Amino acid sequence: MSGNGNEDYKGYRDPALAVLKKHDALVWSDVTIRTDRGEFRGLILPRNEMADPEHVVLKMSTGYNIGLHVGGMQEITVHGRKVANYKIPEKAFPYSEGKPRVKLLGTGGTIASRLDYRTGAVIPAFSPGELYGSVPELADVCNLETEKLYGVFSENMGPEQWIGLAEAIGREIAAGVDGIVVGHGTDTMHHTAAILSFMVQGSPVPIVMVGSQRSSDRPSSDAAINLMNAARTAATSDLAEVMVCMFGPTSDQYGLLHQGTRVRKMHSSYRSTFRTLSDVPLGKVDQDGVTPFRNDYSRRRADRDVTVKAVFDDRVSLVYYYPGMKPDVIDSLVDHGYKGIIIAGTGLGHVNRPLYPALERAHKAGVSMFMTVQTLWGFVQMYVYETGREIMELGVVPAANMLPEVAYMKLGWALGQTQDPAEVARIMLTPIARDITEREPYNGYLVYQGGIPEVDQFLSEHWK
Amino acid sequence: MNDVSRYDPLQGAPLPVLGAWGEDEYQSLGLMSGLEVHQQLQTSKKLFCRCPAGRYTGEHHAEILRHMRPTLSEMGDYDGTALMEFKTRKNITYLLNDETVCTYEMDDAPPFEMNPEALDHAVRVSLMLGLQVVDEIHIARKQYLDGSIPTGFQRTAIIGVQGAVPYRGRRIGIRQLSIEEDSCREVSDRGHSRVYRTDRLGMPLIETVTDPDMHTPWDVAAVCDELRRLARASGLVRTGVGAARQDVNVSIRGGSRVEIKGVPSIKRIPRLVHNEALRQRSLLAIRDVLRERGVTAESLPDASRDVTSIVQGAEGSYLREAVAGGARVMAVPLPGFEGLVSTPTQPHTRFLKEFSDRVRVVACIDTLPNVICSTSEISTLSSAEWGRIERACGVGRDTPIMVVWGDERDARTAAGEILLRAREACEGVPEETRQALPDDTTGFERVLPGPSRMYPDTDLPPVVLAADRLARLAADLPPPPWERRERLRRDGVGEDLADRLARHPAYDLYAHLHPRLGDGPLSATGLASLLLDRDLPRPSSVPAAGAWWERALDELRAGRVLPEAIWWSDGDPAAALPPREARAAFDAAWAEAAAAPPSGLPEADGPRRRAIMGRVMPALRGRVSGRQAAAWLEEATS
Repeated sequence: MSGNGNEDYKGYRDPALAVLKKHDALVWSDVTIRTDRGEFRGLILPRNEMADPEHVVLKMSTGYNIGLHVGGMQEITVHGRKVANYKIPEKAFPYSEGKPRVKLLGTGGTIASRLDYRTGAVIPAFSPGELYGSVPELADVCNLETEKLYGVFSENMGPEQWIGLAEAIGREIAAGVDGIVVGHGTDTMHHTAAILSFMVQGSPVPIVMVGSQRSSDRPSSDAAINLMNAARTAATSDLAEVMVCMFGPTSDQYGLLHQGTRVRKMHSSYRSTFRTLSDVPLGKVDQDGVTPFRNDYSRRRADRDVTVKAVFDDRVSLVYYYPGMKPDVIDSLVDHGYKGIIIAGTGLGHVNRPLYPALERAHKAGVSMFMTVQTLWGFVQMYVYETGREIMELGVVPAANMLPEVAYMKLGWALGQTQDPAEVARIMLTPIARDITEREPYNGYLVYQGGIPEVDQFLSEHWK
Repeated sequence: MNDVSRYDPLQGAPLPVLGAWGEDEYQSLGLMSGLEVHQQLQTSKKLFCRCPAGRYTGEHHAEILRHMRPTLSEMGDYDGTALMEFKTRKNITYLLNDETVCTYEMDDAPPFEMNPEALDHAVRVSLMLGLQVVDEIHIARKQYLDGSIPTGFQRTAIIGVQGAVPYRGRRIGIRQLSIEEDSCREVSDRGHSRVYRTDRLGMPLIETVTDPDMHTPWDVAAVCDELRRLARASGLVRTGVGAARQDVNVSIRGGSRVEIKGVPSIKRIPRLVHNEALRQRSLLAIRDVLRERGVTAESLPDASRDVTSIVQGAEGSYLREAVAGGARVMAVPLPGFEGLVSTPTQPHTRFLKEFSDRVRVVACIDTLPNVICSTSEISTLSSAEWGRIERACGVGRDTPIMVVWGDERDARTAAGEILLRAREACEGVPEETRQALPDDTTGFERVLPGPSRMYPDTDLPPVVLAADRLARLAADLPPPPWERRERLRRDGVGEDLADRLARHPAYDLYAHLHPRLGDGPLSATGLASLLLDRDLPRPSSVPAAGAWWERALDELRAGRVLPEAIWWSDGDPAAALPPREARAAFDAAWAEAAAAPPSGLPEADGPRRRAIMGRVMPALRGRVSGRQAAAWLEEATS
């Protein structure tokens, strides 16, 4: 569905468009519209292109919007016109001698944003000036530079953007920045965090991914705090890792720093949606600074050495197994030339017997197959049951405790380097950035249940 | 006529109390007032989630902490209120109860679609008010940075615009009716910490906004009563404590719109309106003096000074204690304000409070007094210390200097607010939202928000109100109170009774039963008073009571029961006794009454007869007409 392409009647389609044109009533016109339900006065607003073509939107003097059906319109009287000047106040980002130099790379998402009338959605604002206008506290933390690499929603991030982003990070490190912040939509932030962990290895500075769960056009947005936390981590922390920095609790309290390969978005809407799985986060960050939770992280260095391997073969799929799955699912992937398959199996890493011939066929065709667990927490263990052993015989390699999405990203990256199945397997099973860990700590799995008295007691005593 | 111009606030004369002024005085002040009446809708669930509505509790199981930041409006402006609230830097805590809130109220989940039951209710009330109902409902976000809603905005939508209600022979314009989600209940607000309970949050309510068509304090109360009753007559709104609240907008000629927020009871409206009119009058008088002296917002310099070191040694003052605790002290000189700071603005309230309120609300310095003034009677500092402060500020003895103290950031914010308020005084009456205080004066709550705080809700698509839905909702609308009153009067019901029944849920039953009265023994007035008798154990809605009443009235018309029988009966009304049995029953009752000891009976003839009647009637009630029994008694005693 597209609009009429005409800024004067932005977003309107026939029959509404015809009625507006007939009365020379452009968007932003101050009008009185007489309809069979009465007389209404207000400014004609652009219309969302996704909305029906039969209503005209008016902003009344109270600030409220209403929609009027063109079918009932008898007359439109135009009194004048007032075009909205929508601009985030832009102030020059102040430079302070001695403050760390942080580069913010934008891919999309809403750190600061404005409304897009065509779609009704919010679109991001990004320049340092705009950011300073909305989050002036940033100037207390660092000297900020920004570069907008992409303007896409996170679901539209793909190999091209991942590669471009990894290369840009490499350039910035070489250029001497003290830390990098990547603004990203939250839906696939953990995918990008994973691929950056593989593509950019041995960074001397923190690489911090950040976004917001409540868009920045809301007073209650988490964007400003997340951005400040991310900037603080990039500017000052000793953690030279690829991290995701998002709310720890849903309260405005502190952000958690998650290892890029162990993090996952776990709730469709909570602020505290990002969790580290099968491990503890790297640390936390609030206005007082960064507090690491562990010791075994890569330290910040003064050198500029970094390995950027920005390759990706997208002939890879992630198959979420379900009981009763038919072998044609696997067959069709092989027939379409896929080179790698990550299976998210049940329990310790299982699929049903009818799939066996298809797996065998895939293996013979040289497709690299790895098993992960759809339980998300825990290791694949294919020796415990006979099923597991049978599946391994067919050429499916257990991928330890790699998260399914992380394994998917890593397989695309491995296949980008080599098509040799043995080499692919070697790359896959070599831990790079905690994507596979040797041990799962006792506090790496915490999904407490409400209703249990001691859990409810905890919730009553701490900000959630 | 009592000429209001004779009263001069600058002379410090006592302010006229409510009742001292009549219609003419308010007219000469140019009093204008409008209402925003909020009523919760009677629904089982909340407006944008499926939590139960109307369950309040003092218990909570978890807490969350949030902050608010201002955002841009759709037209590209920041709202002044939002910026003011941002200056307050409040830590906002929400108390969560497991039964009454879900992740939506926590602002951790997007809204569900608007509760259709609530929307239907709102449309029906709009139609009763004669409003033009819109074709497509656009949900807006109205910013509230005080934290009363965790999202930082209230979801609200216009249902209808431009209606009117009749009032004393004229029309009161109804500007609009919107449907909105209710806000949190405030638990406490101290310093930089504010606490809210979330059970009420998200309940559906309607806001009815009138034009500023009321011109006396009592008109405002009367119209408010009428609007609330109209919605109540619909049976679609909640009643009881907190279910209805109103904001009262007040201005006088030359003044500004001031919104008195959350007035809990209609009774308080007249005095609040009167006192606000007085306040605006005083502020205008002050402005006139400032203008005469050539003081303008631009000419007032920012000459505030940190005077902590001067106050440090102050003997025995709370200021010194505060400084010892690390507070900074700021002095703000106000040249040109000589002799104005003590001007009365409301009963027991002086101009100084305008400054103190701002400091309390915006700088969060809320231990009173929070502002002292060099020219007012509070002598916290010695004259030597004042002298040093005057020299530091470069002004003379007569020039008022406002002194505030608190932690450094708060003290600076406070000094800035004092200057801001002084500059506003040069313009007259600032547009404000004010709270109703217990003594019916008003106190500053926030800068009056403008249309810039509105933003379209991008989480929900518009809702089309199709013609067939509208027709269905319009089909069985209850008539508004004024139409009901009209009809009752036509039926011959007396004025007071008509007024009461028109607003009572029993009106429906009256309308249903009235045609059955025919020319029977019960009049329309009789039926009205029977229905309004609250002691009757009978249900008053048509479906529940219809059959009982229909049967009773049919019996009445057929002469088989007496009107009294309906009045007195719990079950089916007792049959009237045929004449002979009636006489026998009377005789028996009379014999019993006569046999009883005469002690306690009055001496005088009339009262004595009535007393005996009182002993006779209980046995006959509903079965023998009172008039007949009285006649027989007359006969028996003469």
